[in-house]
Amino acid sequence: MAFPKLNATSYWSYFVGGVVMLVSFFVPGGAANSGWTSYPPLAVIAPGQTMWLVGMIFLITSSLLGSINFIVTTVQLRAKGLTWMRLPFFVWAQFVTSFLLLLAFPPLEAAGVLQLMDRIAGTSFFMPSGLVVSGQPLQISGQGNPLLWQHLFWFLAHPEVYVLILPGMGIVSEIIANNTRKPLWGYRTLVYSIVFLGFMSFIVWAHHMFMTGMGTTMSAFFQTTTMIISIPSVIILTALLLSLWGASIRFSTPMLFALAFLPMFAIGGLTGLPLGLAPPDIHLHDTYYVIGHFHYVVAPGTIFALFAGLYYWFPKATGRRMNDLLGKIHFWGSFVCINIVFMPMFIQGLGGMNRRMYDGGMQFAHNAQLTKWNVVISMAAWALGLFQIPFIFNFFWSIKRGTAVDRNPWDATTLEWAAPSPPGHGNFLTEPVVYRGPYEYSVPGAAKDFSPQFEGERA
Amino acid sequence: MHSDSSDIRKSVRKYFMIGAVLYAFTVITVAANQVQLALPFAVTVALIIAVSKGSMVASVFMHLSHEKRWVYGALLLTVAFFLVLMAVPIFTTMDTIGTPIVREAPAGGGHEGH
Amino acid sequence: MNIPYTVEARPDTGLSNGKLGIWLFLASEVMLFGALFSTYIILRTGSTTWPHGELSVWLGMANTFILIGSSVTMVMAWASLKLNDWGKHRLYLILTFVLAGIFLVNKYFEYADHFARGETPAHNTFLAIYYTLTGLHGLHILGGMIVMAYLIGPGAGLWKRNPGQFTNRIEFTGLYWHFVDLVWIFLFPVLYLL
Repeated sequence: MAFPKLNATSYWSYFVGGVVMLVSFFVPGGAANSGWTSYPPLAVIAPGQTMWLVGMIFLITSSLLGSINFIVTTVQLRAKGLTWMRLPFFVWAQFVTSFLLLLAFPPLEAAGVLQLMDRIAGTSFFMPSGLVVSGQPLQISGQGNPLLWQHLFWFLAHPEVYVLILPGMGIVSEIIANNTRKPLWGYRTLVYSIVFLGFMSFIVWAHHMFMTGMGTTMSAFFQTTTMIISIPSVIILTALLLSLWGASIRFSTPMLFALAFLPMFAIGGLTGLPLGLAPPDIHLHDTYYVIGHFHYVVAPGTIFALFAGLYYWFPKATGRRMNDLLGKIHFWGSFVCINIVFMPMFIQGLGGMNRRMYDGGMQFAHNAQLTKWNVVISMAAWALGLFQIPFIFNFFWSIKRGTAVDRNPWDATTLEWAAPSPPGHGNFLTEPVVYRGPYEYSVPGAAKDFSPQFEGERA
Repeated sequence: MHSDSSDIRKSVRKYFMIGAVLYAFTVITVAANQVQLALPFAVTVALIIAVSKGSMVASVFMHLSHEKRWVYGALLLTVAFFLVLMAVPIFTTMDTIGTPIVREAPAGGGHEGH
Repeated sequence: MNIPYTVEARPDTGLSNGKLGIWLFLASEVMLFGALFSTYIILRTGSTTWPHGELSVWLGMANTFILIGSSVTMVMAWASLKLNDWGKHRLYLILTFVLAGIFLVNKYFEYADHFARGETPAHNTFLAIYYTLTGLHGLHILGGMIVMAYLIGPGAGLWKRNPGQFTNRIEFTGLYWHFVDLVWIFLFPVLYLL
């Protein structure tokens, strides 16, 4: 990395932020309980949010420092011959993600400070006049605006969801190329799409705020930008699907997770469309439909992509393979259970069941037919948890006892496979040089079915 | 860029001159404030002066006039999103569907914190 | 293992790592202060009354002069290094540090004066945003002073070992410092005058 000490600072800041968040469970008054969205006035008057805010400040700082590092490293420290259009798509994904973090996080850091001041210094940034809590008028200066928090929060939090999905798309792309033994379809298209997606992600945020009394002009603006932003996502997904056409697919464990990502992300993305349009959002906002939507993109979306990446890069990081049978049990169990957990939520949401109800929705008559799904979901959630045990065992056991591998066990083409497994200090034994694009698989006339980026001219 | 020592000496004169201009503009902005303008005009005048001062600091002191494409690009992107952050929340807050709530001014300032 | 382009520029981008890094950091800072300016706009347009004349324009103007002056001395600290004048560089860098200190001392008296009259952040939203904006800005001044103290003190040895890298560090510190000045150039009219 361009800035090793900054890298370490970024990690330790993240560590401190995580510790502060976890410690918040044990402080008097309890942990944060105003949602990850931390909406005022509740978040200002409820106990526990202070530690959450302090933790957030550390975590945001960590992301900012890390993103500077990633951008400078990508721009300045590419190996000889590694031009922009020879970068693996995962690197492009991380690069765009870093810009999102760099420019979108600071408003939330500012907002976090403002909410901390509301809690500790008695300011009224987000507290309107005339609030009455437990029968007593609140003694504050008032004239604040709760919507101000929502704007500052969602200005980050929308790009944040793209931060969550973009690296996952990158990981899945690498694994698909490797396990189809052919180049990704539409590399340039993928690159332009992801850059456009990153840019658009900054101007859609108030689609989380359609129900705040927004007028039709601004509502139309945000609906338009939200519909536009679905286009690059679809392009990326289509390109990945087309990459499977005519492929010689290797159903390794990472590939199973990567393949599952495609329809799962499709469901997540498509269910986002009615939420991005104001009229259906009137019915669906703050219901279980929303929970179903975002979990589909993040759980069988991002988390499956992360599992895929863990299985894929484990040999590079440790010099050993993870056990394949346990991997397949982990995959199939997780895949089936995760769908049973989140699919019924669409039914519940469409039926009008609100989210964040402390009693699971039982107090409302219109939920009577829907609460039975809670039982199904809970059982599937427990099963999902149990199916993670083979993975956890596999991960730790394989570090010591997995089959040993050489430096390129997947017969892959990108630079990391030139380094030893595991890599030592400095990663590579000699400075790598790049001779070709990242996905030169099954090149006609070549001796092997893959031509690594880092291997010089050979038959 | 600035590797020649005579180049730097010319720049040194420029730095002090721009410093003097910035001082002058500061006096102007305070003087302009003494003129009682309606708020939109006052804001416009103040921003014009501030943006002029800021551009001088950026282009001369920060050498932005000689900078490279990557820096320009990153800054252009930032300025675009900065303008979005300034304009869109206030447009959204002002464009509402409900009847406006008429708020009375807070009695006594409400200065007891909690 | 040597990291390339820490001192010399990469040919195709024309930048050293630190130069790109500090500009990216400043970009994020623009968004940070931007959020607070956006807060100011929303709170002011949403309020029925907005105080005027509660802040001392003269003190604000004096601080503006001090900060602009410190920007001049900061860029001169860098220019002196390019002209190989170590003595002038020390003079200008220490002068910048001192001016920054005076700014903070002025701010301290200003805050103390307000607090003595019960004008705390909880008093009204104008004061809340005033303290937050100037407070965050003040923290940035403090941060800059800490970096300058390092480059005046223990960090100055780098000039002998690697003059190019030391000059770069002064330049990057300067860029940060000019940005802090730039923020004040907007803060002063917005909070004190309008």
